[in-house]
Formats: sequence, C-alpha cells, structure tokens
Amino acid sequence: MSQITKLQFDVIVVGAGGAGLRAAIAAREAGKKTAILSKSLFGKAHTVMAEGGIAASMGNVNSNDNWKVHFCDTMRGGKFLNHYRMAELHAKEAPDRVWELEAWGALFDRTPDGKISQRNFGGHEYPRLAHVGDRTGLEMIRTLQQRVVALQQQDKAEFGDYDAMIQVFAETSVSHVFVSGEGADRKVSGAFAYARGTGDFIVFEAPSVILATGGIGKSFKVTSNSWEYTGDGHSMALISGGSLVNMEFVQFHPTGMVWPLSVKGILVTESVRGDGGVLTNSEGRRFMFDYIPDVFKAQYAKTEEEADRWYTDPDNNKRPPELLPRDEVARAINTEVKAGRGSPHGGVFLDVSKRLPADVIRAKLPSMWHQFKELADVDITLEPMEVGPTCHYVMGGIEVDPDTQQAVGVKGLYAAGESSGGMHGSNRLGGNSLSDLLVFGKRAGDAAAEYASAAGPVTLSDAEIAAAETAAMAPFSNAGGENPYAIQQELQQMMNDYVGIIRTEDELKQALVEIEKFKERAARVGVKGTRQYNPAWHIALDLPHQLVVSECIARAALGREESRGGHTRDDFAKMSPEWRQVNLICYAEGTGVRVEKQALPTIPQELVSLFDSSELSKYMTQAELDSIAQGTA
Amino acid sequence: MTYTANFRVWRGIGGEGELQDYTVEVNEGEVVLDVIHRIQATQEPDLGVRWNCKAGKCGSCSAEINGKPRLMCMTRMNTFEEGAPVTVTPMRTFPVIRDLVTDVSFNYEKGRQVPAFSPPKDLKPGDFRMQQKDVERSQEFRKCIECFLCTNTCHAVRDHEENVKFFAGPRVLMRTAELDMHPLDTLDRRRMAQDELGLGYCNITKCCTEVCPEHIHITDNALIPLKERVADLKYDPLRWLGNKIRVRGKDD
Repeated sequence: MSQITKLQFDVIVVGAGGAGLRAAIAAREAGKKTAILSKSLFGKAHTVMAEGGIAASMGNVNSNDNWKVHFCDTMRGGKFLNHYRMAELHAKEAPDRVWELEAWGALFDRTPDGKISQRNFGGHEYPRLAHVGDRTGLEMIRTLQQRVVALQQQDKAEFGDYDAMIQVFAETSVSHVFVSGEGADRKVSGAFAYARGTGDFIVFEAPSVILATGGIGKSFKVTSNSWEYTGDGHSMALISGGSLVNMEFVQFHPTGMVWPLSVKGILVTESVRGDGGVLTNSEGRRFMFDYIPDVFKAQYAKTEEEADRWYTDPDNNKRPPELLPRDEVARAINTEVKAGRGSPHGGVFLDVSKRLPADVIRAKLPSMWHQFKELADVDITLEPMEVGPTCHYVMGGIEVDPDTQQAVGVKGLYAAGESSGGMHGSNRLGGNSLSDLLVFGKRAGDAAAEYASAAGPVTLSDAEIAAAETAAMAPFSNAGGENPYAIQQELQQMMNDYVGIIRTEDELKQALVEIEKFKERAARVGVKGTRQYNPAWHIALDLPHQLVVSECIARAALGREESRGGHTRDDFAKMSPEWRQVNLICYAEGTGVRVEKQALPTIPQELVSLFDSSELSKYMTQAELDSIAQGTA
Repeated sequence: MTYTANFRVWRGIGGEGELQDYTVEVNEGEVVLDVIHRIQATQEPDLGVRWNCKAGKCGSCSAEINGKPRLMCMTRMNTFEEGAPVTVTPMRTFPVIRDLVTDVSFNYEKGRQVPAFSPPKDLKPGDFRMQQKDVERSQEFRKCIECFLCTNTCHAVRDHEENVKFFAGPRVLMRTAELDMHPLDTLDRRRMAQDELGLGYCNITKCCTEVCPEHIHITDNALIPLKERVADLKYDPLRWLGNKIRVRGKDD
C-alpha cells in the first residue's frame, strides 16, 4: 500500500455545487467539522450553469403568490408523481433560503420598491424566480462559496486556522463510499478519494457522508451537462446498499443550441420564453398552440392575441403555451422536427428579436446574447436562435427520507440536490432546481450533523482501504486495454439513440443488451501515464458509475408502461392513473440492477384539497377520487 | 469544412516540459477546446486540461493560445488561418501542475483574506431593500467567472514573481471594490486593499480588462474607483488631522 493520507471529519460532503455547499454550511453552523470534496475547483460546479432563477413564492411581483400555489404548480409539473412531502417542504422553505442568500451578499435584480425581482417561468403561475439577469447560478454558487469563506474567517479568528472547522478539498474526486453492517445496521464510515493534482489518495473517516454529486447527463450525447455529471453519487449510493427512485424520468430541456455541432446541447435559458420569446417552425407557425395537452387546457391561452396580452396583463389573460412545462415543449419540438418542419440545423426557431428592443434583450439575457454571438455568430437581438431538446436533468435519484434527506437503507448517508430523487416527480419545473438545492441541502446538512453527534467518530480498517486503493489503481494494470474515451462516447451515442426523448420496448431492450457489452469492455479499460491530473484515469473510474445509472434508466423506462413527464413511450403513449400510484425503485443486484414497484405515499387531505377535483380526475383513479371525496385520503 | 490543423501543445509536469506537435482534425464551428479534446480522445489520453461548462460560464479552461490569454472554450478555430500552427500553453503566471493545468490556489488564498460581506447587524433576511441602480455597480463585478486570466496577464506579477507576496491581483482587488460598492455593506476595506492586497502595484495599464472574457471594466469601474477611495482616505488633510487628534474613529 502506498502512502495514503487519512483524515477524520464529522461530516463529509461530496460535491461543491449548490446543494453540497448549502449542506456544508449547515453542518459547520451546527458545530461539526466538515469537509467539502469537489471534483473541480471551488466555485466551478455545474450550478454555475443555471441561468433563469430560483423559484420561491416571495410574492414580490405578484402578491397572490404563496407556498400553496407553488406546491400545486410543482405537483402539476411533476404530473403528481412527486413525493408530496418534499414538494411541500420545498415550497414552504424556499423563500427563507433565498432571503438568506441575500444576507450573505447575493445581489439579485430588484423590483421598483427595492425587493428581489421575480420573473415568469414555465409552469409557474406567478412571476416567482429570483434572478440576476440570466446568470443566477453563478450568483448562487459565488454567494455560497463566499459564505463558506466567511465561516472560515470566523474560524481563523477563533482557532487561528481557516480550515479548522470547514475545509475545501478542491479537485478531489471520490471513488468509493465505505459502509459496514447489514440490513438495519448498515451505515456509512467514510469515503475514498484521490487528489487530481497529485494523484495521491486520501481516506476520509466520517460517520456522515452527504452525496451532492449532481446528475447523469454525461451518459447522453446531446446534453447541457458538464463532464462531471456521470451519476457517480447515484451509483455509489446504490452500491452502498441504497436505492434509486424515478430513474426513468430524464428531463430533456426543450431549448439547447443545435448549431455549430461543437456546442450542440448547450443550454438556452427558459427565460428567453419567460421574457417573451416565441417558438416557430419552418412555416413560421407558433406551433405550441397545437400541443396544449388536456390536463393543461385550463391554464394556457388558446390564441396568440391572448398569449401576447398576458405579458402585460397576467391577471386577466392566460399564459402562452411556450411556457408549458419542459417535457411538453421538448416533445412538441421533437415532433415538429420529425415532421419536417424544423430549422436548417434540425431544431426550431426561438425568436426574441421581434418581441423586445435590443437593449432590453441585452439587459435581461446578457449571457445568451454573448453565447450566441461568440459561439454561433448569431445576434439574438436581430435574428432567431435555432434550438432543440438537450438532456438537462434527471428527476430520478437516491431515495431519501423527505425530512432529513437520509438515504433509505444506509444510516449516515445523505443525498441532496439533483442526486436525490422524489421532489420533482416525473418532470421538474424550471427554477425549482436551485431552490431544491438550498432547501434540501440545508436539511441534509442539519440532519447529517445531528446524526454525526449521535454516532461519534468512526475508523476504517487497513483492509477496507487497501481494497478501495486496488480498485482505483486497476485501470493502470491494463495499459494496452480499451480506450476509456471511446467507450464513453459510444455509450453516450447509444443512450441518445435508444433511451432518449421517445422510447419503445424494442429499443430499451436493445439498450440493455448494449449496456452488458459496455460492461465487459469497461472491465478491460486501460490507462497509461502517471496518476497526476490524468483525465483518462478519471473517465476509467467514472465509466462503471455511468453504466450503473444507464442501466437504471433503461430498466426503469422499460418497466413503466405509460408516458408521463420525462418518460415518453411510443408504445404506451397515454398517462395512466394506475401507474401514478407506482414508483419504480432500483437496487444493485450482482453486477446489475433490479427494479421493484413501490406504492407512492398518499397525499394528505390538507394538501390534496388544494386542487380542484376536476383537475385531480385527470390524474387519479376513481377509487382515489372517492376516498378523497370522503375525506379519508 | 473539415481540415487538418497543426497544434503545438505544452506537455509536462511541474516546471519541466516542452511543446509537442499534433496534427488533428478540425470541423466547422469548433473551438480550441474541442480540438484539445480530440487530441485527448484519439492521441494522448493523459493530456491534462481543466474544463467544465464549455460555454464560457465557469472559467475553468484558461490558457494561452498563440500567446494570448483566453478561454479555450470561447476561442473559435475560424479565427485562425487554416494550416497555421496553433500553440496552446498553460497560463504563464501560475505554477504548472501538468500540461495545460496550472495551480491557481494563490487566488483563493488571497481571496480568503478579504473580509466577507457585513450587512447591518439588525437587518433581518427578507428586509433588505436596494434599488436596481445601486446594485448594478457591484453586479458588474459579480459577473466574474474566476478564470484568473486577469491576474495571469497583469504585468505586476506576470514578469515579477517576487511581487506575488505583496499583490493579490485584479480579481481579488475587484472583489474588494465589489464589497466596497455594495449598498448594504458596513466594513471599510480601503486600508487593507492598499496595505495587504497591494492595490498600489496596479498602474492601470488595463491589461486585465483587455483579457476579461466577461468584458468587465475591471480597471475603469473597479480598480480606479478603489484607488480614488484609498487616496481619499490617505491624503485627505482633514481626515489626517481628525485621526491625529482622535476626533474621528479609525478609517471611518
């Protein structure tokens, strides 16, 4: 065994995006010695890419807004598959989490009376997204980063050391979560990591581990996600004895760039539509009016005239269908392109140039203007953008207790943010991600701190550490083996082809066959050179994780014989009230994944009564509706 | 459309290394980072490069392209003549870890010295009120993606390693200015900017502004106003007298 550094902490947080940093802040504020482990530099996590805003019913722009409306919008957006308790906590606590950011130095755009401004977004009934132009994610990550630094400054004053209570390990990648015990005694004991800059191994001994590792988008070819999004947290939770929920639901954001090829998939913020942008096909038609599903007919405008009036008079008009939830818009674009009504590069047109003056566009959408100008030679103040669906977000994730975010099946293991599941049901509304990170990041940090106090310090055996080291070193013993980049690229293409936005039984079965072949190849993957900042080694270690989550997605997608939110089956095109009562849960089994059905928790009367019975009847079975009517739900 | 480019990429570990030549395919619309990735995937799997978003939003892929400090993800290949060699080297001011990856921890260490935002103690979250025009000055600086190209370019440290101890660089000084201009911040960081962060080393040549991928007016809007405020603190005769005879509190 080579020289390995061993460190002791109360709480370790894997991931330094919005959820991870908020969790770490909570754990440190609870007095726990906390480590933040980040694959990238501090402040570079994928949260930085979020553009539109943070959804919170502060009611600054429309005072009719409150947590109940936000809760209903969230459930509706998720097609009632959300864990009601998470949606409730999220809607109730989001405003406090946003105000807290402001107290830590965030500078949101303002209303005329000096409050935090809020903008419209798909699926949200009122202007609800706190924002900074179209770079809200950057503001959020910088604010949390600076809050961590503020706490470190307090610790420097008290203990003489910035790192005394909260330490950031930048470019430190976790390859294994240690667990011990079986059944109800299964619990976490730390994590195995390597520092990318040196290649040296670090063992973290800790009773609490929070996985805030983000999503899985790098298993798809066309994605808005960065290289970090390999589903490693999802996979490590599964391998540790946890479970994943709702993995069939993958959000394809309707508007990614489609040209040039080099930037295909890069996000075009929903704010473009929230601020007045319209979608048209090659015939110049605003096609979204043709795609308003029955369940949303009551909430959306039927004519262009009404839709256009809504921007200035939202109380007396219905919203434009461009602002339907993302799954609806993505499917519509996909259909238009397939029907031959697409733009020259295989997307549709998104135009804000004819809707807003150039200076307003540059003020409200500065990074979109910059992005199109510099990467595509398109001036969005003069001409339309070409856009198409891009893999953006996974609704599925680690199954957790909604109040504490503790992973089901593993004590001391927590998950927050995109890596956890349940909150968004079958489809996430734009803006609900950043608020999710804050609300459940804090809850995970609080609960992990409390658990660490009760559990006390843990130690790892040399044998456990040696096994983790052997696994991490394996790709180097295979120097002539398969090229990790090639396997990754082929996997991405396969997932795009067979497990993409529209799915069928045959293609999903084919995907599972292909995944088995990829597993064999991944076992033979080889890496040359040294451990120091070796990206091939990194991909080699990530590949098994990508294969695990890809299998979860394909298996769950094959299992769910209906279409709902981010899961569309060509062979089961309808949404089924019976399937609404079912979650699919993934477990690790042998070298693969087992999927089991599990009943959704019943929404309590005080929450379900927030909806009209006519709306509920579109989603629920007669038996459910009867029990709600009798007040026995 | 597709052509073969000649890339010269610095390869090495720590201070030891050299330029290596690669011939590599380039497709329409690609940026330098795409080409570096193609070299990785097809020729040199262990080529070290730091990147994340590939959309100019995270500031990870800073390097020097034909000697110019740039983000690799925002440098389009059609800005070079086909066939002319494209040279990619790591940022010069920071120590090299490996290949194109540099050790930028200096920026984080200096940044940690700047006292954090301090709102009035009795102001509760939710009660903050600020006007848009008052937050816009600091908002410009908060566009910063921490690519550190500004500090890499600043001649005060680029050619003078000995100054690193005394000069925090444009990024960190701009952060100080940002807090200084925050409508609800209560601290005075002027003396620190001068004495500990080395504001005086900046002689406003605007090199930092020129390379900023976010087009932030670092010199005009952040550093010069900060210098003026420091000058006001140091050279205002009434203030000097007030401090001497202890009529005024320190730096207020």
